[in-house]
Amino acid sequence: MTNQKEEIRIGFYICHCGHNIGSIVDCPAVAEYASKLPHVVVSKDYKYMCSDPGQELIQKDIREQGLNRIVVASCSPLLHEPTFRGATAKAGLNEFYFQMVNIRENVSWVHEDKDLSLIKAKDLVRAAIHRVAYHKALEKKKVPVNPDVLIVGGGIAGISASLTMANAGKKVYLVEKDATIGGYMAKFDKTFPTLDCAACILTPKMSSVLKHPNITLWTWSEVSEVSGFVGNYKVKVTKKPRYIKEELCVGCLACVEQCTFKEGKFPDEFNFGLSKRKPVYMPFPQATPQVVVVDDKTCLHFKTGKCPQTCMKACDRNAFDFNQKPEVVEINVGTVILTTGFKPFEAKRATNYGYGKYPNVFTSLEVERLVNASGPTEGHVLLRDGKTHPKSIGIIHCVGSRDDKTNKWCSKVCCMYSLKLAHLLKEHSGAEIYNFYIDMRTPGKGYEEFYDKLLNEGVQFIRGRVSEVNDWATTPDEKGKLIIRAEDTLIGRVRRIPVDMVVLSVGLEPAEDAQDVRKMFNISCSNEGFFLERHPKLAPVSTFTDGIFIAGACQGPKDIPDSVAQAGAAAAEALALIDSGHVELEPNTACIIEDRCCGCQVCINMCPYKAITFDPDKKKSSVNEALCKGCGTCVASCGSNAIFQNLFEDEEIMSELNGLLIE
Amino acid sequence: MEYLYYPGCSLKSSGRAFEESLLAVFKSLNIPLKEIEDWNCCGATSYMSINECNAISLIARNLAIAEKMGGTDLMAPCAACFMGLTKTKNYVETNPKIRENVTADLKKIGFEFENKINVRHPLDILVNDIGTDKIKSQVKTNLKDLKVVSYYGCQLVRPFSPFDDQRDPQTMDQIVKALGAQAIDWPLKTRCCSGTMTSTLSDIGTRMNFLLLKEAKERGADMIITACPLCQFNLECFQGKISSKFGEDVKIPVYYFTQLMGLAFGLPKKEIGLHRMLSPLYSVTN
Repeated sequence: MTNQKEEIRIGFYICHCGHNIGSIVDCPAVAEYASKLPHVVVSKDYKYMCSDPGQELIQKDIREQGLNRIVVASCSPLLHEPTFRGATAKAGLNEFYFQMVNIRENVSWVHEDKDLSLIKAKDLVRAAIHRVAYHKALEKKKVPVNPDVLIVGGGIAGISASLTMANAGKKVYLVEKDATIGGYMAKFDKTFPTLDCAACILTPKMSSVLKHPNITLWTWSEVSEVSGFVGNYKVKVTKKPRYIKEELCVGCLACVEQCTFKEGKFPDEFNFGLSKRKPVYMPFPQATPQVVVVDDKTCLHFKTGKCPQTCMKACDRNAFDFNQKPEVVEINVGTVILTTGFKPFEAKRATNYGYGKYPNVFTSLEVERLVNASGPTEGHVLLRDGKTHPKSIGIIHCVGSRDDKTNKWCSKVCCMYSLKLAHLLKEHSGAEIYNFYIDMRTPGKGYEEFYDKLLNEGVQFIRGRVSEVNDWATTPDEKGKLIIRAEDTLIGRVRRIPVDMVVLSVGLEPAEDAQDVRKMFNISCSNEGFFLERHPKLAPVSTFTDGIFIAGACQGPKDIPDSVAQAGAAAAEALALIDSGHVELEPNTACIIEDRCCGCQVCINMCPYKAITFDPDKKKSSVNEALCKGCGTCVASCGSNAIFQNLFEDEEIMSELNGLLIE
Repeated sequence: MEYLYYPGCSLKSSGRAFEESLLAVFKSLNIPLKEIEDWNCCGATSYMSINECNAISLIARNLAIAEKMGGTDLMAPCAACFMGLTKTKNYVETNPKIRENVTADLKKIGFEFENKINVRHPLDILVNDIGTDKIKSQVKTNLKDLKVVSYYGCQLVRPFSPFDDQRDPQTMDQIVKALGAQAIDWPLKTRCCSGTMTSTLSDIGTRMNFLLLKEAKERGADMIITACPLCQFNLECFQGKISSKFGEDVKIPVYYFTQLMGLAFGLPKKEIGLHRMLSPLYSVTN
């Protein structure tokens, strides 16, 4: 261990990162420059500092040259700070005697001018070298990890993650905002490319979730507050009133039969409005749990207060409670897996395709229900009038995807599900099917083979984006039909194809409440609004907030196999964290010098993490290190200069600034 | 609020009926207009394709004049003018090189150009600023039996569409409904009127107009309304020729939307330029 009186001996290393840095920044010149800066004993450039030989270089110099401070100029600290701190520690030095300079994301990746880049790199290096001299030895604190896990969202990803965690013996809280788990998969008829029945493979998993002794399932519930930190999250879950005592309802549906409304009157969410439901309803026959829900927006009792309440009278188990209020449950968990899914692109936004204007324009999700044996038409493909069988059907790919006007990204699943729907529609209706595609994207096991199969089934494929769907008949035959106009790019002609039914293969978008969820769990989103993974390749299910993992379509468009795989990965990451038993907390926390604290409590209001408390006896404030995230707000707010922050002490910051500003 | 007004060449010549009806309608709605001084071409002619940079500077001069006059919103009724001015504003806003060039050019003739004028179309102003309720309140003539198709043409919504849906525009239909007439929906709202092809490639030009006129009649429309002088000209002026060429009667009145508003407001026919139209609208005017 070194102390401040000891001579400062700095080792400086600059990384070429192959061509990433080396092609823009003259690394040897920076090393040469740094060698002349105060206290620098060793200054070297190396092709890959993060490699084993690179780390070895640092360790060898620490041992042989007696270095006691290390600076590495390379990539973002997010990527390799732990690597170099580790190397520093391995040679016997406290890891916080290390400082990193990011000359990749901040210099070589964003600048083209080599001369100016060299100047900027030198400036940043000089600042770090001035700073590191003031670094102090710090220790990381170890905190135990609560082994319980919260999983948010009960689609296939949430179900898979829950079962994996529960099977590993962990206690799982699964929170779902709808009245049933199952998500979008429960609405599908068959799954590609194997064409196995979605319900047959999903419903056993749904009931496993319900029966599992390690899983607490809360449907019709939402997470309302999150506090704490990795290993020790405190979560409030709000159970919305479903006006049914869940533990008493057995799903006999007597109440639904006896509802004042003799027929269903309100759009059935499960069937995307293709059928009607009553105010008291079971979302679908296999809903899990088998508990009905009362929709207070349509229920006569809530709207007028003058309902005879025949539903309640029909219930011989007295499960009704019209006075239910939202109930808040507080739980403690160590890790969280977010599987909050996606939102389908709203077809009306593509105004040129006439959804909502022409009744026989359907969305792909509506068609999933139409071809489903338990759907509103019992699997018969019928037009919106409920009786006409279509003789020709056009399927339009990329609706709301790969489009500058709406969403730029490829939604990844639409080509395959369009092929699946083409197969099912042909099978169920015998109609002529036309697929309009931009590019056919079928990478995946058995996917290209499925496309091949469709080509041989006599489905028509037209390569070109559809410009419009309208009812502009130019011959008497075309009257009453929908006209699809598209450029067929393979024959170089504009084609007009009259059809009876149009299917819009809508893309995937971030869920409606993705931003709220993101803020609540303090994670990031990529530009388009999907949750951002910690690293696109090497940490695909982690986030920048430790202990919060993501899986499934909340991270980006994904099909069922990928969602399940990610759910497994997220569960494994959570298990690794739990089974390691503890987490190490970064020591860059704030600390209040008691003698200087005047007890004004300004800092308490400033702290976004509720990490500061006031001791009324001592009349002093103090920081809970476990809750402090090291944002520095309290430090800046303290009028008595009584708060300092480890790794960001005044002399460290001033010296860094000084280093930056001097020539 | 007062709007600055850029008429453009058409509204002073072939499209005089548009200007007359527009001014009359705005007057009865109490919307003050002020024509900008010494305006020049909007760029709809071929000089845009010869030297785009100079063309942009020339068009921007109109915006600079409006700025100097101290207004915030400049109204351009002709679809081509609206597109040209919107395009110029957009280019100057998004391309630093163009901005530099335009600013320098305008400086030479004494303008400190800041590109802060909003370019507005009367449809935008009427629907979004004035509101359909106010329009409704001015209606004096019962038009409930009148079936109207709105024809927007291309330039109002393409490539820029600052105030209406690019692929299924609605503002003109909203006005038709506010006037108490029946707005007939059709998918050809923005289909090409052939531009100048009625004179240069007349076979193609007349065929394109035939398709539009035929479909409007097919849908039972009594009239077509438009917001573009060139669309109005193409659709109205060749009806006799088209009818005989294609052996089908496609005669139908083609008016400016402001003329329909004037009719609904009960304004004198002469004030809204009805005497300039080729096909009279007997059902309403008599």
